Amino acid sequence: MVNFGGARMIEVGTVLEEKVYYLDRAMLKAYADASGDQNPIHQNEEFALSVGLPNVIAHGMLTMALVGKYVTDWAGGSAAVKEYSARFVKPVIVPADQKVDLTVTATVAEVNGNQVSLTLSATSAGVKVLGMAKAVVLK
Amino acid sequence: MINPDSVGRTFEGADSVTVSQSEIDAFCAVISETNTTVAPPTFSIRISLSQYESILTQPEIGVDWTRLVHGDQKFEIYRPIVAGDVFKCSATIETLRVAAGNEIISVRSDLHNGSELVVSSWSTLVVRA
Repeated sequence: MVNFGGARMIEVGTVLEEKVYYLDRAMLKAYADASGDQNPIHQNEEFALSVGLPNVIAHGMLTMALVGKYVTDWAGGSAAVKEYSARFVKPVIVPADQKVDLTVTATVAEVNGNQVSLTLSATSAGVKVLGMAKAVVLK
Repeated sequence: MINPDSVGRTFEGADSVTVSQSEIDAFCAVISETNTTVAPPTFSIRISLSQYESILTQPEIGVDWTRLVHGDQKFEIYRPIVAGDVFKCSATIETLRVAAGNEIISVRSDLHNGSELVVSSWSTLVVRA
């Protein structure tokens, strides 16, 4: 079963439709300004390489914000989210002049009264970037 | 090194932070969220992270912000943040451990609007060796 919006089947094991988001350097700059996190590893390639990273990496919290958008689109808006958590297991690597994917899916893990727990999956370039990612939303 | 005496203590942020609609708009724009009447679920990191930086880098605690990596993050959202909220932010250092020379701290941030607790969040921060 796959669904997203429309007439929703919400039962344990339901797999939600995959969505792909794209990140580029301009988005990282916009997120740095919007979040206040101006760490140069997210903007300056020379600096990122100097501290041993393969390239500029996205803010973990930008990844989490985009996966959060996936959740709120499914749940019917930002106000529906009660809990949201994730571990940053691998960085999203963002080379210059490229758009890199963030591919998101979710599975309904629990339905409890008016609350639905989702287990979230997020990969970039085929690599899992978030671990133990879950959200609890209001139906 | 992080001062082990800081574990278990709660530190109050110096200032209150007023949330503006333009801040919510800018955050929403990055993720193409068109409904800006409430803040997206991770918006509060904008407040918590800057408060962490000012609190945890004080000499009595001693976090080296330049070597910091974000390990994990959790939010409990009691109601969505809206423009006009005025937050006092506290940071509680819940645990500290050292692994392979890395200092790993778990910090909780509570955002209060007056007496109302609006968001609690937990961050694992790794200060790399």
